[in-house]
Parts: sequence; C-alpha cells; structure tokens
Amino acid sequence: MSVQFTVNEEPVELDVPGIRRLLDVLREDLGLTGTKEGCGEGECGACTVLLDGAVVDSCLVPIAQVDGHAVRTVEGLAPRRPDARNPATPDNLNLLQRAFLETGGAQCGICTPGMLMAGEAFLASGQAPTDPAIREAIAGNLCRCTGYTKIIEAIALAAARREAPG
Amino acid sequence: MIEPPLVSPDTLSAAYRLLAEAAYRPISGGTDVLVALSGGLGAPPERLLDLWRLDELRGIALDGDALIFGALTTYAEIRRSAVCRDLLPAFVEAAATIGAAQIQNRGTLGGNIANASPAGDMLPVLLATDAVIVAGSVRGERSIPAASFWTGYRQTALAGDEIVVRIRIPLVADRQVRFRKIGTRRAQAISKVVIALSWVSAAPAEPWRSVRLGLGSVAERPIRATATEAFLEGRLPTSDTANTASVRVAAEIEPINDVRSTADYRRAVTGRVLYRLIREAGDW
Ligand SMILES: Cc1cc2nc3c(=O)[nH]c(=O)nc-3n(C[C@H](O)[C@H](O)[C@H](O)COP(=O)(O)OP(=O)(O)OC[C@H]3O[C@@H](n4cnc5c(N)ncnc54)[C@H](O)[C@@H]3O)c2cc1C
Ligand code: FES
Ligand code: FES
Repeated sequence: MSVQFTVNEEPVELDVPGIRRLLDVLREDLGLTGTKEGCGEGECGACTVLLDGAVVDSCLVPIAQVDGHAVRTVEGLAPRRPDARNPATPDNLNLLQRAFLETGGAQCGICTPGMLMAGEAFLASGQAPTDPAIREAIAGNLCRCTGYTKIIEAIALAAARREAPG
Repeated sequence: MIEPPLVSPDTLSAAYRLLAEAAYRPISGGTDVLVALSGGLGAPPERLLDLWRLDELRGIALDGDALIFGALTTYAEIRRSAVCRDLLPAFVEAAATIGAAQIQNRGTLGGNIANASPAGDMLPVLLATDAVIVAGSVRGERSIPAASFWTGYRQTALAGDEIVVRIRIPLVADRQVRFRKIGTRRAQAISKVVIALSWVSAAPAEPWRSVRLGLGSVAERPIRATATEAFLEGRLPTSDTANTASVRVAAEIEPINDVRSTADYRRAVTGRVLYRLIREAGDW
C-alpha cells in the first residue's frame, strides 16, 4: 500500500503493507530509532508519538491509518537534530527536554522519548500543570527508574517556563 | 509480526461489498486487533478491513430522544462531547476509565462492542441504558438491542459480513445512571468488576422504576442481573433494599477465578458496590 504522511514536518512516501505498525515504519523503514519499543501491546507508552498532535502508541497504529496525517516523534523536539557537530547540549534541546535534564527526569532513558511526547501533548493542551493533571497525562507511560516524581517536576517546570518565558 | 493484507475503503458501501465477497477482520482503532496480531494471540486473520476512513461511522449527535454514536467514536471524543457530558455523564465517566490517553485517542466504541470482551467497560453502560446497536451489511441495516447482542464468550449477534455502524442510546426523563469500575489501578487496568446501574424516579421519595443492572467481568459475557433488577423494581433506596440487593446480586452472578481476580472477590465486590450505589442514591 502506498502511504504519504509527514514525520516532523518532512513529507514521507512509502510502499509498505498497510497493517505494518507505525512503530516499525519509524524505526525500520525510516531509521528513526528515537521511538522505543517496550511491551509492543499498548501498556507501557515507550512508543508514544503524536499523530495530528494527539498521543498514540505507535505499536498499535497500522500505517494505513497514518496516510495523509502528521506524525511527530522525539527526533522532532530539539530545534536542531543533534549530530557529531551539534551534540545534544542543553542549548540544542527544547524547553521540555531541558527540564527533564535539569530535574533528573531521565535515568536509563527507555521511557523518555514516550514521556517527552506525552509531556509535549500536555503542554500543548494548555491545561493548568497541577499534579493530578500531569499524572493523568502520563498515566499511559510506565517508568521503572525515576519513580515519576522527577518526570512530573520536569513537565511542571516546562509548563511554568512556557507561561513566563525569559 | 505477521502482516496480513489490509484494504482501506473510502465509503461504507465499498466496505459492505468487500465484506460480502470474502472473510475480512474489521479494524477500527486497532487497540485490540494489533495486540492480538503482534502477540500472536489466536490464528491471525487472512485479511483485514480498515474502517478508519469511513467518516460515515463518525460523530455524536442528538436525535430526538436519543444520543447517536458512530461506531468509530473514540473515547477521547466521548469525553470531549458537550452533549454527552450534559445528557449522559455516566457514559463520559466510563470512557474516562478506559486505558490511558493513548488508548482513548484511538480505541472506539464500535471496537469495544464487537470485541465482546466480558471486561469491555462500555458494555454494562450500554446494557443499563437499553442501547441499540445498529449493524450494517450489503443487506441493509438492523437494530440489535444490547441485551441480546453478546451471546456467549466473545460471541456476538453480528453475522460474518456485518459491522457495527452506530449505537443509539435512548434518553429517558428522570433516569439516573451510575457507573463504577474496579481495577488494579486507575489507568490501564482491565476491570475486575464493572457495574452500571440505572433507574427512573422523578423524586428521591419515589420508588425506582425501569431498574437496569449491567455487569462486566462477572460472567462469560457482559450481562444484566435481571433477578436483582426485579427485586429493585418498585423499591426505595433504603438500607434494607441495599442489604438484600447486594446479597441477591452476589448470588446471581457466576464469576470465575482468573489472573486478575478471584470469583469470591468479584462476588463480594459486586455486592458491596451495588450496596454503595444504593446508599448514595438514598443519601443515608
Ligand atoms: C493498553 C490497553 C488498555 C486497554 N484498556 C481498556 C479498558 O480499560 N477497558 C476496556 O473496555 N478496554 C480496554 N482496552 C481494549 C480496547 O482498547 C477497547 O476494547 C477498544 O474499544 C477497542 O476499540 P478499537 O477501535 O481499538 O478496536 P479494534 O482493535 O479495531 O477492533 C476490536 C475488535 O472489534 C472488531 N471491530 C472493530 N470495529 C468494528 C465494527 N465497527 N464492526 C464490527 N467489528 C468491529 C475487530 O474485528 C476486532 O475483533 C485496552 C487495550 C489496551 C491495548
Ligand atoms: S511498546 Fe507500545 S505501548 Fe509499549
Ligand atoms: S528512566 Fe528508565 S524507565 Fe524511565
């Protein structure tokens, strides 16, 4: 099946089986390995990406349903994609990524791409960054390292900075 | 993962024609289908029919004295719907307990109904509200009352070439609907017990009429506890009523032991939750 969509605003055109998981298309067909696979069954949220701005588990979305839509992955967060010459220094990261660094919101990092995308969707929703609201926003994302507190702090910090830039 | 061929028709009539020609497994949000496929649960389907492009199956609308939900209505859409929040808040409450945001953005009401899990959380509410499930095929449409839709363990009244097209929930004056789900945690939990109770009464001092008690995870399919309903009919929500009803419902259901819970726990909790719902209604 021929599908066309955008990933981080770049147009993509592919000929792949329509049932192929968006996760596999990102990682295998497009080489975007920032998005992780944890459980492969919708439980852990490691594979979370934004589809037209809404969080989805990319392990549960068949690529046929992405045709004509816009995908955003963790690679699309930093203003400049880090490479050998532009390492992922704090300056090279977006507001939420910097907040994760500062609060210690990432340890082993397997949940982090998904947490960041869930956090981005939360920031974009404009909801007040209360503890229950942030917890609900990341309820579909499991983390075995941080105990969640630092992740919640990171999202709250980014929300506060977004409100009061500079 | 095995990747069976998939077609994505653009119109409902094209989907009906395909279904009439060969055996296709429909796929809506894919939150059950993809789990089964990639987990290798059961024999993989030969072909898949992607319903996602069928805008004819979308939308929530008020039609006279009923709320109509397209089969592709997602939980996120139910939660956002002002008309649903106004007229059927228990349905919104139930939708909010499904999975987490990722699942709510893709999972659909039609998928929950057709998947026919005894733990499908929306199904007891559909039973308690006398919902009608509209099935469609090349032969046209037919209406199936929720009470006769789930016929056995993961069995439905749908013919092989039929799909769920919409759901009609009648709105009844003075009807109260309550929903409770008991799971291990608030998000991403499959129910141990799920309960939807509805009754009609114009004032707190008026006896209950048209009592419906829909239950999930307590039998091989979502059920109505008709004996307990009959007991509650015409009664007031007193502590005597609550005590007897909770004993009756525990005796009426046939739960099993499984990885999520035990039969004993399910009986006890079902009785207790019903007791509390009646106590809250009676305000004592
Ligand atoms: C992590 C996770 C958490 C979950 N949490 C919950 C929960 O809390 N409560 C709960 O009830 N469920 C839960 N589910 C199950 C699932 O999300 C729901 O049952 C959902 O409503 C299924 O809808 P779907 O559109 O994704 O279905 P799909 O996966 O697309 O389809 C499900 C089944 O229905 C059939 N089908 C789909 N649409 C139609 C149609 N219109 N007509 C005929 N047949 C059709 C398919 O062939 C398939 O057999 C969870 C799933 C996951 C992965
Ligand atoms: S890998 Fe998709 S939710 Fe776990
Ligand atoms: S940082 Fe290791 S799982 Fe979250």
